[in-house]
Amino acid sequence: MSNIPSELKYTKSHEWVRIEGDGTVTVGISDHAQALLGDMVFVELPEPGTSLDAGEECAVVESVKAASDVYAPMTGEVLAANELLEDAPETINTDAYNDGWLFRIKLADEAELKELLDAEAYAELVAEEDH
Amino acid sequence: MTQRAVCEPLIFEHSRPGRVNRAQSAHLGGELNGIPESLRRKHPPRLPEVSELDAVRHYTRLSQKNFSIDTHFYPLGSCTMKYNPRACNTLASLPGFLGQHPLSAARDSQGILACLWELQEMLKEVTGMSAVSLTPMAGAQGEFAGVAMIRAYHDARGDDARTEILVPDAAHGTNPATATMCGYTVREIPTDNQGDVDEEALKAAVGPHTAGIMLTNPSTLGVFERRIHEIARIVHEAGGLLYYDGANLNAILGKVKPGDMGFDVIHMNLHKTFSTPHGGGGPGAGPVGVSEHLQPFMPIPVVGRDDSGAFRWLDEHDLPQSIGRLSAHMGNTGILLRAYIYALMLGREGMVRIADYATLNANYLMARLRDAGFDMALPGRRATHEFILTLKHQAKEPGVTAMDFAKRLLDYGFHAPTTYFPLIIPECLLIEPTETESKQALDAFVEAMTAIQAEAEKDVETLKGAPYSLPVRRLDDVKAARELDLRWQAKA
Amino acid sequence: MPFIPHTEDDTRAMLAACGVDSIEDLFDEIPPELRADALDGIPPGRDELAVSRLLHARAAQDAQPLCFTGAGAYEHHIPAAVWEITTRGEYYSAYTPYQAEASQGTLQLLYEFQTMMSELTAMEVANASLYDGATALAEAVLMAVRANRKSKARRILMPRTVHPRYRGVVQAIVHHQGITLELLDYDTAGGHINPASLPTTPGDITALVIPQPNFFGALEDADALTDWAHTHGALVIGVVNPTAMAVITPPGEWGAAGADIVCGEGQPLGIPLASGGPYFGFMCCKQKIVRQMPGRIIGATVDLEGKRGYVLTLQAREQHIRRSKATSNICTNQGLMTTAATIYMAVMGPAGLEGVARQCHANTRALVQQLGEIDGVETVFDRPTFHETVLRLPRPTAEVLAGLSERGIFGGFDLSADYPELDNTLLVCATETRNETDMDAYAAALREVLA
Repeated sequence: MSNIPSELKYTKSHEWVRIEGDGTVTVGISDHAQALLGDMVFVELPEPGTSLDAGEECAVVESVKAASDVYAPMTGEVLAANELLEDAPETINTDAYNDGWLFRIKLADEAELKELLDAEAYAELVAEEDH
Repeated sequence: MTQRAVCEPLIFEHSRPGRVNRAQSAHLGGELNGIPESLRRKHPPRLPEVSELDAVRHYTRLSQKNFSIDTHFYPLGSCTMKYNPRACNTLASLPGFLGQHPLSAARDSQGILACLWELQEMLKEVTGMSAVSLTPMAGAQGEFAGVAMIRAYHDARGDDARTEILVPDAAHGTNPATATMCGYTVREIPTDNQGDVDEEALKAAVGPHTAGIMLTNPSTLGVFERRIHEIARIVHEAGGLLYYDGANLNAILGKVKPGDMGFDVIHMNLHKTFSTPHGGGGPGAGPVGVSEHLQPFMPIPVVGRDDSGAFRWLDEHDLPQSIGRLSAHMGNTGILLRAYIYALMLGREGMVRIADYATLNANYLMARLRDAGFDMALPGRRATHEFILTLKHQAKEPGVTAMDFAKRLLDYGFHAPTTYFPLIIPECLLIEPTETESKQALDAFVEAMTAIQAEAEKDVETLKGAPYSLPVRRLDDVKAARELDLRWQAKA
Repeated sequence: MPFIPHTEDDTRAMLAACGVDSIEDLFDEIPPELRADALDGIPPGRDELAVSRLLHARAAQDAQPLCFTGAGAYEHHIPAAVWEITTRGEYYSAYTPYQAEASQGTLQLLYEFQTMMSELTAMEVANASLYDGATALAEAVLMAVRANRKSKARRILMPRTVHPRYRGVVQAIVHHQGITLELLDYDTAGGHINPASLPTTPGDITALVIPQPNFFGALEDADALTDWAHTHGALVIGVVNPTAMAVITPPGEWGAAGADIVCGEGQPLGIPLASGGPYFGFMCCKQKIVRQMPGRIIGATVDLEGKRGYVLTLQAREQHIRRSKATSNICTNQGLMTTAATIYMAVMGPAGLEGVARQCHANTRALVQQLGEIDGVETVFDRPTFHETVLRLPRPTAEVLAGLSERGIFGGFDLSADYPELDNTLLVCATETRNETDMDAYAAALREVLA
């Protein structure tokens, strides 16, 4: 069973979102997503300062057998990208929800947060995909 | 197996400073008078310094670490690994062919041009297309030529609203990659549960933005797309063109002509259907065939024949609307020559027999494996020249994957089938025996699969650790990608 | 039945296992209206003896003149060992090394090839080949557009001294992606790109292509051109002759920082002329942009027991995984040709390759000197050259070439179609395969033709 922390929000494309409470969010990929992709070998991250639209492809996570686009869960500006992943992409496998974060966004429109899934809804989505 | 014991060093590790192969260079040299010091190389490249025997022995030993058709049954789905007749290599390597400079005048090249012209004619006949250009150097380049012609056709009509290429979700990765190279966006069309293109989804997807659709038939799922006429009608009515990916032409050679199915443009993989060697990854040849309305856009050069019967290259003066050249000369001529020789030996009856026996072998192997308890991805369908077995049940219980089966097959002396393609079938093996394998070879493969299944049920670790008898055990792909080591470096 | 081993008994037993009466029944899913008629346009099959007779006749039909033409394809001596080993079935009839454990021969060889090409060009990494020199340049242009993220212009500076066919192929392949090729004219005295002629404020440039030697055989001022490009934020794409690399400054050492991407035609490394193919393209780059490189790349790793082995790596760039977002659509490349090239470089070694390069340079100089003694024949450009030179003739080139051809000599490449301003000129080349007797024969024939 994959780990789905209840304090986080999720997207249908398997990103997780942590609402930091200061108008920013931190984004990563879910434990379920990392398990599907397998051992990470490379991560391509957006440059800080980039403006993103919700749903825009903005990062790539790469394993030996797959490369998967990561979509911006919401509109806003990239504040920071996780440089640790450049040398240690496997951190996403070992700690998807903490040290394995991908980037932080300063939100342009907090209303977009309502579009996200809560942990329960995301767990249902994962369960469905398993069938 | 003794191979395990032998670890062949790199050629650089055989190198000794000052060792020179004088047989090749004793009388070569000369002053670099014409090249000023500032443009000269300061340190020689660190190429290996070995004797000719060192080199011959090293590369012979390395060759022995390969599986190949000449040594092993190689049922690699979608790749058509059949016997590459030796005559094709010997005759294509005659000095008269090898010594010819590509810019030689046509009057000095009538022999090779005659061969290529006849090959063009034979490919036209067997595909039902109006014209053929031999120049693309691989299937993927043939695809590029085809889609570029589709674009040139729409552009020439001033129809510039067509921005999208449709591709089934089971397609080869080259299809969407090619469409992107030609400046198109890609829209995937789902496959229905019988392995055919989802017709309703197709109807919903086509429109004035549709430039064309890329289809493989038989499809990558190893079944014949039965509603091809209907698909052609839908796409043509929307103003789009049909592109035929000829990767699986082997299955229908002489049985069905792509031109009769409604395709406007096709490519053929001569290194599959016409049995030119795969060479450890090429060279291939991917000629394109076109219907009449795409003829002006063909890639150059094409071999033409004038009224006197003499052959010559047709170039931009003859085909001013051509999509252009795709290689400096005329593509992989030597490979085309091998395909020509193969086609001559087969003749009209032999070509049809390819499809007959490739199909018989695939259906027989499928039946035997099904009887042995394996699951087929599309159990209700006939196999074409290949079929898909899924190990999704084995992956759950006892917990062995398609990869594990593939690696264990190597220990049994069989090259593994294609794994994890098409992407839409879980834990799959795509198996293509080809017509050149005997019943006895196929039976031995069934026995190996059955034995591996028994091993898996007894102890999954047997499979997880495979292979055991090859020059190396299972290799660490993850380390290779994380800690890139792409060349040898001398130890400091 | 050629190449089909089935006995009648086999076929019967197999049909029974399939539960059908005839092979024809296995095609019952194909709509009957699609079934083709007999292939009347194709001749009946022939056995190996008959085909052999025909092919020998065809091969003998083609003239084999004494060749003084290069223009992108060069006649070099190929040691006998090269193709004896290359055509071993284990190389010849293997597929792309997807099952690494069963393909260590090909994989280790390609790893050695990558090392050799990196050494030859003084670049950090190389791929396992592309189709040919022209398409390698097209791929290099596409790669530069991906790798130069600061540049938004998709603008490539393409000297007219680049092989005209290469320029055509690049245009055919890249123009769909909104990339512009801007031609740079050459210096009429030197036949090269004069760095002093380059603009001081060129604007946003994605990359500059530098041919070395260029199509006229002349050596470009690669150091100055490289530094100029880097100053203006452009990447440098070198397109080089591999034989020349043995004696001239390799692109990894051009200017202050070296070229970023290097490509070229691999044919001079042990591949026969063979009417133009198969040859192979090579590509090298700086390691920091290797993820933008197209084509197969082999990496070293270890097996379960820690033993060294080789695999295809960085596959997530490629079409079978990345599909519409792949770096290229290429999959099959020119594997067997790189096998031959690797064995060629090992058999020749650094001394052998340098010997070839020096001999080519010396022979071409000797030829040019000898021909230059003929009335009205003179060199056109004054830059240093490697193993090709442009000559001006006192008569139209086509006429002269036809005359030489009648005397069994393929005298060079007529430049006038691609460079209308260079009428009555001829690009000549004398590799190590030409000797004094050959050159005397050429000079004598040219005297006759011009007399």
